[in-house]
Amino acid sequence: MKIFINGQSAISPQETFTGNSLPDNPVNYSANGFIKCIEPSVREYIDPMTARRMSRIIRFGVCSAIQCLRNADAGNPGAIITGTGLGCLDDTEKFLRTMHNNEEKLLNPTPFIQSTHNTLSSAIAIIIGCNSYNSTYVHRGGSFENALTDAILLLRENSAENVLVGGVDELTDTSFNITSRLGFWKREPVESLRLLDYKGRGSLAGEGMTFFLLSNVKNERSFAVTEMPELFHKPADAAASEEKIRSFISRTCQEGSIDLVLMGLNGDISNDEIYHNLSGRLFSGIPRAYYKHLCGEYDTSSAFAMFIAAEIIRNQTVPRVMQLDGGPAGKIRNVLIYNHQRNNIHSLMLLSGC
Amino acid sequence: MAVRVFVTGIGIISSIGFNCEETEDSLKSGKTGIGTMKNLVSVHSGEIPVAEVPASNEELEDLARIRKTGYSSRTTLLGIIAAGEALRCSGLDEDIGSFRTGLISATTVGGMDRSEKFFKSYIQHKSGGRLRYIVTHDCGDSTAAIADTFGIRDHVSTISTACSSSANAILTGARLIKGGLLDRVIAGGTDALSLFTLNGFNSLMILDKKGCRPFDEDRNGLTLGEGSAFIVMESETVTARIGKKLLCEVSGYGNACDAYHQTASSPEGGGAYLSMKQALHCSGLTPDMIDYINAHGTGTKNNDLSEGRAIERLFGYLPVKFSSTKAFTGHTLGAAGAVEAVLGIMAIRNGWIYPNPGFARQMSELRITPEKKLIRNTRIRNLMSNSFGFGGNNTSLIFSEC
Repeated sequence: MKIFINGQSAISPQETFTGNSLPDNPVNYSANGFIKCIEPSVREYIDPMTARRMSRIIRFGVCSAIQCLRNADAGNPGAIITGTGLGCLDDTEKFLRTMHNNEEKLLNPTPFIQSTHNTLSSAIAIIIGCNSYNSTYVHRGGSFENALTDAILLLRENSAENVLVGGVDELTDTSFNITSRLGFWKREPVESLRLLDYKGRGSLAGEGMTFFLLSNVKNERSFAVTEMPELFHKPADAAASEEKIRSFISRTCQEGSIDLVLMGLNGDISNDEIYHNLSGRLFSGIPRAYYKHLCGEYDTSSAFAMFIAAEIIRNQTVPRVMQLDGGPAGKIRNVLIYNHQRNNIHSLMLLSGC
Repeated sequence: MAVRVFVTGIGIISSIGFNCEETEDSLKSGKTGIGTMKNLVSVHSGEIPVAEVPASNEELEDLARIRKTGYSSRTTLLGIIAAGEALRCSGLDEDIGSFRTGLISATTVGGMDRSEKFFKSYIQHKSGGRLRYIVTHDCGDSTAAIADTFGIRDHVSTISTACSSSANAILTGARLIKGGLLDRVIAGGTDALSLFTLNGFNSLMILDKKGCRPFDEDRNGLTLGEGSAFIVMESETVTARIGKKLLCEVSGYGNACDAYHQTASSPEGGGAYLSMKQALHCSGLTPDMIDYINAHGTGTKNNDLSEGRAIERLFGYLPVKFSSTKAFTGHTLGAAGAVEAVLGIMAIRNGWIYPNPGFARQMSELRITPEKKLIRNTRIRNLMSNSFGFGGNNTSLIFSEC
């Protein structure tokens, strides 16, 4: 069964939400370790009273989800599934802070209510009035792929005809400060678009709220096809990764038919070495591209990668700023997305034209 | 998709027992796990009862049979203990084998018990707090630790849908097997008590100071518990090939969203009705074939009314037998769906229907009444287990004898 992408939407540090979905001329940030999303016009999606009570991740997440449904011209979906590595951080921090400061007395329950990881999936359901299947996956760098797997499974089961699936994560001052202490990010200021030029440790922190409307029925809005993604965990060595990637490719497409590999290079040399090493073994002669200089590094950045890959297929072009070694010469039919998180969780997705 | 999914192993740790055997003993003797806080240190310790696992983290490290580091979150330790028992029960502790095996765990707060320690120092100063206390914060941490302990690598994921989290882990596991993506799934959940959840539910004013009284007219809230439970599910192809002992079949499941309010369920229990109805439809059973419903039954005014009404709407014309076991184990949040699945499987195996401790007075809005005493030597062909969460994330599971 083919799974079609009938609509998509991304709130990101780029202008992906305001019409410039494949950034040819992207925003170049002078970044001190992080980049953040460009704010959407919330009032076009949520009434101000409701929006005021929501934290940023919920507000942006709902906007992105609703825009995705509009783009797909779909009614209420047969399921709502999100993936988020860290969930509603801002509300979690808020509640923890007041809990300690007030010595567990007189606490406002709102941040607690909105701190649970499933807040966004259910907020979308409440706002659009959708009683269908609803779930939330929260497994680090595999959160979005887990959600996507569930979505495709539902469509294959014929349990739903349309599924809204997304990947969302927010960056807060606190989470940035703590992960900086853990050494995740570059300490010197960087120009975001030149992320790969700064050899050394650390990446650039980012965030995003990306949604897709997937369907097992092709319609006039369908523009790409997605295969069942695959994750593998803690490979013993590069050869083990190579074998996993080879078997994924042979399961999902014909040999030699990959036109572009979109990789999760993030500017951290130890992280990027894995991609370069495997590229030689697996992708020689195939054009490669990268995306994290546009959205930053975060648990569900692969959702943004899927968004970009689908736009590349729709527009049949790879923006120069994303190319690693020149763009594809001919038609772009199959795009392989390969991402990994600290060599612990490796993710493979394959998108094709339809 | 006619692939059948069987349960071949169970494991549990909660306030009423460190393993399956102790848990069954407590259920038989009617011993509840609700009492005064001992491990958790809170200003509310005298006034709010909880259902704690009676062991320190150090003692849990022993039970988990892992190297003592002091660095694991309590959620992780509980999870390793229960998953380990489930694997031993299924004969998989020596060798996870060559079948495609996945782990799906569920949690609501992950390593929050340690994050809140970190935060106490962090809010004093941005460079404060030991980083070892914060790296276990995310929900995936406990799952990754369980997967590493038992060498599970084919599929590892974590679900968080509030109080229905681990019911959804079981549902997803069964679907991954039926869909042909995996042969075997260890599914369940784990959640430790934390100040975060205690104060969260307290700020909502839904913690009963007398201990929870599900489905009682005078009920006044829930009682928080902690624990973990896992089940091993295998496809019939696997169980037939290696001739395994089958504990029961996962015969149905339903997931629906109430889509009413972030914390309150709709008064008529629309989402609850839908998830139960879908589970029945999925299993191909009719309501009269369900011999026992293990209700979500938290003891809050809101849940028990909407769940009760939904049960009446679907089963009301039958002499339906139901009860909530929350007054035994407390509400173990992310682990609750799996804890109750394991209790349900024990009920099927032993021919038991559990009483509903805390119940004294009939709810005025309902006609149905929960069981008051342990029923023994009864046959449970099919059992329904409900788990309903914040945000209206409702899931019902059906387990059948085999």
